[in-house]
Amino acid sequence: MSSKDQILKSIRNKIVPAADLPSIDQDWIQYEDPLAQFSEVLGMVGGAVEVVNGPEELAQKLAEIPAYSQAKKTVSCIAGLAGSVNLNDIEDPHDLEDIDYAVVPGEFAVAENGAVFVTDAKIRHRVIMFIPQHIALVIACPDGNVNDAVVSNMAQAYERLVWDSNHFGCFISGPSKTADIEQSLVIGAHGARSLHVFFLK
Amino acid sequence: MSAVKNYDHPTNADRFNQDQARTHWHDSSLWFIREKRDRMARSLPEWETLRATASQIKAHTVGKLADYLEEFERNATARGVKVHWAKDADEHNRIVLELLQKHNAKRIVKSKSMLTEECHLNPWLEKHGIEVVDTDLGERIVQLRQEPPSHIVMPAIHLKKEDVSDTFHEHLQTEQGNYDPNYLTESARQHLRQKFVQADVGITGVNFAIAETGGLVVCTNEGNADLGVSLPKVHIACMGIEKLIPRVEHLGIFLRLLARSATGQPITTYSSHFHGPVEGGELHIVLVDNGRSELMQSDDFRNSLKCIRCGACMNTCPVYRRSGGHSYAATVPGPIGSILNPLRDAKHHKSLPFACTLCGSCSDVCPVKINLHEQLLTLRSEVNHRKQLPMSKTFPMKLASWVFQRPGLYAWLGGIGKFFLRTMPRFLIYNALNPWGRNREMPAAPKESFRQMYAQRKKAKKNDPS
Repeated sequence: MSSKDQILKSIRNKIVPAADLPSIDQDWIQYEDPLAQFSEVLGMVGGAVEVVNGPEELAQKLAEIPAYSQAKKTVSCIAGLAGSVNLNDIEDPHDLEDIDYAVVPGEFAVAENGAVFVTDAKIRHRVIMFIPQHIALVIACPDGNVNDAVVSNMAQAYERLVWDSNHFGCFISGPSKTADIEQSLVIGAHGARSLHVFFLK
Repeated sequence: MSAVKNYDHPTNADRFNQDQARTHWHDSSLWFIREKRDRMARSLPEWETLRATASQIKAHTVGKLADYLEEFERNATARGVKVHWAKDADEHNRIVLELLQKHNAKRIVKSKSMLTEECHLNPWLEKHGIEVVDTDLGERIVQLRQEPPSHIVMPAIHLKKEDVSDTFHEHLQTEQGNYDPNYLTESARQHLRQKFVQADVGITGVNFAIAETGGLVVCTNEGNADLGVSLPKVHIACMGIEKLIPRVEHLGIFLRLLARSATGQPITTYSSHFHGPVEGGELHIVLVDNGRSELMQSDDFRNSLKCIRCGACMNTCPVYRRSGGHSYAATVPGPIGSILNPLRDAKHHKSLPFACTLCGSCSDVCPVKINLHEQLLTLRSEVNHRKQLPMSKTFPMKLASWVFQRPGLYAWLGGIGKFFLRTMPRFLIYNALNPWGRNREMPAAPKESFRQMYAQRKKAKKNDPS
């Protein structure tokens, strides 16, 4: 008998009382101003938020960030914003090791925890979300309505997501961090040392 | 680590407590996290609904675990994932080694996985000439020190920055005497970046696997799991079979609970969803039983399979906080470990159910509402039934029972006790025969016993019937 069969048999041999699956359609928290809540929580976890009108203002605001303006190598996955390295020209993701700043699209934001959902659906190398020294996530708000791009809670977040394809998806909440040395919070463990979220109107 | 492993919790806890200042520091570090958790819990009006829902989802899943495992395998396989099944730790280790050998992998980066700790994967791979680097900062620190983690979420919580600095100075050639956590973390970042870039294969644990989609979720704050599996083409994810949840929407419950309970964060920095391998790469998932299916049998202990390994029970436990994770001599310490370990290895871990004050704080904070303290109490009677209790526990109980059955003798001994407490010098009361009095004062002897007071009251009433 294979290990699989042995494990399944061992499980099926046990008499376990059946329990119904609970409804997750409940009265979960709703914020009056989801963007304000998102900004506050993201601030708490070390990130920052800006609302910008169009790619030009995005470029302007990015230029005000020293980590961006001083970056030697940048990647942009945002239409209308140039980067010095084109992700699609890179064959081996290891070649992205020295990227200083990446600007990557985010799908939407979650107010309760300051997270932004990102996916590699249109990004050739998913490591670009983790390997640059600094990162900005840009969330497009097509009708100019920022609040459409922010859900209040995680239940709403999963309502927006589909998992038909094999794409990688990740909730990112702030820059990489650790408190493994005496509970002292240090920003910039392995991933990004800073994280900016832009809502692009 | 000592050569001979001592499993006795009181002995190990005693050793930990020899440095009182450090014990106090450890205690308050963990309480600080417990308080952060409380603030997070209070920030959500639906906190208790979340706990109840999570608990119910897990109860449901355990009841249909075999079906869900098959569903998971089917859906994962359809996405090009290779699913492996391992009955025990040995089989798990063999599967991982074979995969690594097939890819001629020599250098491995591994993110935090308590399952691979439980299976002792690292020494096994090292024995076969493979370099395994733990990439979680806390785990890297204890790995360099050749220690096991002392906490499942914060593996180096028992160490001070001076210890980390010394370890890094020895292994990573950092500046001697530089204790700045920023400097030390930055040094580890540089050191581990090299390891990430050189790695042939990335191994991760799994926080949740989803039957409905065949996907899995890995949560980190550092981004080490993602870096570790986004550069190499091969990702091996190792998980206990209890990590399964039925539907992807259930993550909307569990991800809200996990980080808030674990470290008092609203969510981990990275909550990564892997569905299928990267283009041109491979994703392997090893499903491990290693005693878990046996736990399903017992009505008393089945609930422990709900555990999502957040560590909240450790942070709140007055015994864990004051005895340190290593005193449990097991991969998973604290209240949940004091249940899981004796159930798996009753002989060695028999002292763990007693590493508990039965205060119930663990059950109060558990995000999936495991009745931890009740299970610990039940386990104590199992230890007794197995005749594993030491004489120091059984004999006084027998003696007390014998005395309680003789009211006259009890009253007489009570009088003697009061007399002794009042008149005897300290060394006659506080000595080796009185372990209670080692760290505590005995109560002050009352003037009269209850019987005496009652008799006097009766007498007074008789004299004054009004």
